[in-house]
Amino acid sequence: MILADIIYLFLKASLLLSFILVVVLVLTLAERKALARIQQRKGPNRVGFKGFLQPFADALKLLTKEDILPSSANKRIFWIAPLAVFLPGFLIWVTIPMAQEVVLSNLDMGLFYITAISVLSVMGLLMAGWGSANKWAMIGGLRAAGQLISYEIPFIMAILSIAILAQSFNLKEIVDDQGTWPFALKQPLGLFIFLTAGLAELGRTPFDIHHAESEVVGGPFVEYSGAHWSVFYLAEYMNTFTVAVLTVILFLGGWQSPAMPFTGTLQMIVSLIWFLSKTTLVIWLIFWIRGTYPRLRIDQLMSFGWKILVPASFINIFLTASVLYYGLGEWVITIISLLLILATFYFIRRGSLSKTKQDTVRVIRADDIRAQLSSGAEG
Amino acid sequence: MTLTDHLIRAHHTIMTRRSNISSKSEAETSPTVEPLDQKGSDLLKNLKLTFAEYSETEVSVSLDMVVLRVEPERLVDVCELLKSNEKFLFNYLSCITVVDYEEQEELFEIVYHLVSIDYHHKLTMKVSLPSNSPVVPSIFKIWKSADWFEREAHDLFGIQFKGRENLPPLLLYEGFEGYPGRKSFPFHDYEEW
Amino acid sequence: MQVHQQTSEHSDAIDLMVNMGPQHPSTHGVFRLVIWVDGERIVRVEPHIGYLHRGSEKICESEQYNQIVTLFDRLDYVGNLNNELAFCLAVEKLTETVVPERAEYIRVILCELNRIASHMLFYGVYGLDAGATTPMLYGFRERERVQELFESVTGARMMHNYIRIGGVKEDVPADFEKNVRKLLDDLKQGVEECDSLLSQNEMFLARTKGVGVISGDEALDYGVTGPALRASGVVEDVRVTDPYSIYERFDFGIPVGSMGDCWDRYFVRVEEMRESIKIIEQALSELPKGEISAKVRRIVRPPAGDVFIRTESPRGDLGVYIVSDGSDKPYRVKVRPPSFANLQALEYMLKDTYIADAVLVLGSIDIIMGEVDR
Repeated sequence: MILADIIYLFLKASLLLSFILVVVLVLTLAERKALARIQQRKGPNRVGFKGFLQPFADALKLLTKEDILPSSANKRIFWIAPLAVFLPGFLIWVTIPMAQEVVLSNLDMGLFYITAISVLSVMGLLMAGWGSANKWAMIGGLRAAGQLISYEIPFIMAILSIAILAQSFNLKEIVDDQGTWPFALKQPLGLFIFLTAGLAELGRTPFDIHHAESEVVGGPFVEYSGAHWSVFYLAEYMNTFTVAVLTVILFLGGWQSPAMPFTGTLQMIVSLIWFLSKTTLVIWLIFWIRGTYPRLRIDQLMSFGWKILVPASFINIFLTASVLYYGLGEWVITIISLLLILATFYFIRRGSLSKTKQDTVRVIRADDIRAQLSSGAEG
Repeated sequence: MTLTDHLIRAHHTIMTRRSNISSKSEAETSPTVEPLDQKGSDLLKNLKLTFAEYSETEVSVSLDMVVLRVEPERLVDVCELLKSNEKFLFNYLSCITVVDYEEQEELFEIVYHLVSIDYHHKLTMKVSLPSNSPVVPSIFKIWKSADWFEREAHDLFGIQFKGRENLPPLLLYEGFEGYPGRKSFPFHDYEEW
Repeated sequence: MQVHQQTSEHSDAIDLMVNMGPQHPSTHGVFRLVIWVDGERIVRVEPHIGYLHRGSEKICESEQYNQIVTLFDRLDYVGNLNNELAFCLAVEKLTETVVPERAEYIRVILCELNRIASHMLFYGVYGLDAGATTPMLYGFRERERVQELFESVTGARMMHNYIRIGGVKEDVPADFEKNVRKLLDDLKQGVEECDSLLSQNEMFLARTKGVGVISGDEALDYGVTGPALRASGVVEDVRVTDPYSIYERFDFGIPVGSMGDCWDRYFVRVEEMRESIKIIEQALSELPKGEISAKVRRIVRPPAGDVFIRTESPRGDLGVYIVSDGSDKPYRVKVRPPSFANLQALEYMLKDTYIADAVLVLGSIDIIMGEVDR
């Protein structure tokens, strides 16, 4: 019996892994195509029909590349690091439900588990940075540690306010709780904090500071090549998907749909489609941000995290808790959150406007200069 | 007669001889010599006034350039004066060039191109150095832009700058031997490294 | 891990020495910047150049005057035509050649287009330095349009060898005017698009405002010229203050900044593109018919003497000093490369900045290593 259980679990895990791999393949292509549309170009369009086989070509290329080990690298740490980044991200998936019954193991402490596990990937990045024996990698690794730990706080706080609202750590129950209204409406501030901190956790533009190409040349990944590099790549896209999925589960009502006429297997399939479409929307948003914004500097990132996101997330928790405690209507949270978001944006905008006067460049007519020159020559 | 006086005189005789040789080709093109513009003639007048008592300097005109020839010993004084004097205000050092006359006259000529952004006039300042000991005072303290130009001159021509000893190589790699800018450097013998 | 035994002024901690370059994606060629960092803060920088030193000036001494034009193409390989022009102007001044009107106008049109192309490259790469990928593609799209036109006129996209002593290589194609007008319409729209894409981006402002500040006096002292100098508030454009070719005929604007920071240096270039379009429009409407080259002997033998000429290349004050001994080869050619002098100020600009700023400050002075190392 136990053996059968183990085999069954192993099969489920393999199924999950292959699902993740397929998702990552699709995401890489989707990102390249999406960015291409933003940047007025076509994107990959040579491999297969309209370039749809491009991810396979990429994977094949990466797997057949030489795996280079820098001569002065710490061999053990260097080889373990990619796994240390990938595994925590993958472990999260144990408890993430995609539809009512589509979940590996529906933990009651699901949210708690996710927050606990996701922090571990910092270790992997630091290991990669240290093990590479490369100064840029080291700087990148330290940047990653600072960034990820700072943004973990608002990330967890935003999750916590959801847990307060749903009175549960169980992801499935949280989704069930959003039957009529998704939490995004009750927690706009929470959604904002979660998405921002999530982007920072992922290290995606505008927070791609720890592997910034133009600054630290790929950061912790600079010495990696071939299959080991592709594991980092895999982890990055998997985490992107994770954050999108978590956003959908926590804020956008998961697989809940306006109407559900089906039951049984059909219901599951339709729920899954709903779920994935919502996830796609969030992923598109992430890609869109990537195509639009430049990168922040590390000190700006830190001050944004500690001075704005952390206080805002505490306010959000306090607000949610007190509204629930005193039994006020939940719309109170919505209104106050929206006001807070507006106020935050106003202050950021005003602060940056006063610091950055726009009219610093003026255009002087050449004729004026010439007139001045000739008068100067006469006088 | 000091050595440098001698050098300058030698240089001048050769320059005139050289232009005599080439006067044939000059006659073929249009013979109109471009006169100095207003700014240039003003500058020439002022320079002549200011440097009248400096026996070590000489002001001349070549094409549309006002040329000031200075002795290396007086270079720093002259530069300071040119930068700070109200009449000149040469606040921008455009370029430092080394011209190698080693084979003909055994001297190096260092050419400084100065521009005044306030008055928009420009001046060419020339210093001749004996090629066996090409030492010239550094003007890095006066114009910071001289920094790399002096290092380049040191790299390529082996000019020594007084006040800036032990200049690290700028354009060449550490341990490069010889001065590749000089005419005497074998040019087409490629060296593998 | 090798740690340099260099202690900073601020603390007793040992600073980490890192090499930015010669192989680094944002050093714009083979430039090496040794940085001593205290955490993320830059304590000291030391620029190293010379990785692209080809001895161009020395090669010039063994080539005939006509052959040198193509060497000048390879100095500033983004503003090729401006470099060719500088050399040709110097030789023309030495030989007292009068260039036909049509050639002058063609030169100005192409040089200003080249300036736009160069600034577009800067725009795209600067966005990339800041971490935004999209501006790069917008900038390159516009640059490509200009280069298509160059190809139709000169036969080459980059190494044109088109401006010759006494004029230009050959007359422009018949549909030149039509093509340029269409190109200008595209470019006008393109500049506006690029401007709206990046210039007022909140994060871009946060990254570039107040970073790498240099005052006008300090910049002049370092020999900084071109857009970098104008961004510091100094009104100096050789096209106006010491006009060459036919630039005194055109009415255009000189963008001048006031802060001397990265954003000003960036935006001065964006504005310069708009002004260049104005120059091209005027030049195109006045484009006369006639000869495209003066009668120049096949082997140019300028009279003995020397000449120094200043021009405004996209990067700044491009000077050419030629010493002739009357033979068919110059005795000495010296290029005064704008990037070379601008790069000297980098050390000053990088005081009290972060590693991430180093990339942006370096990008904002827009160096081309071909010209720095020669």
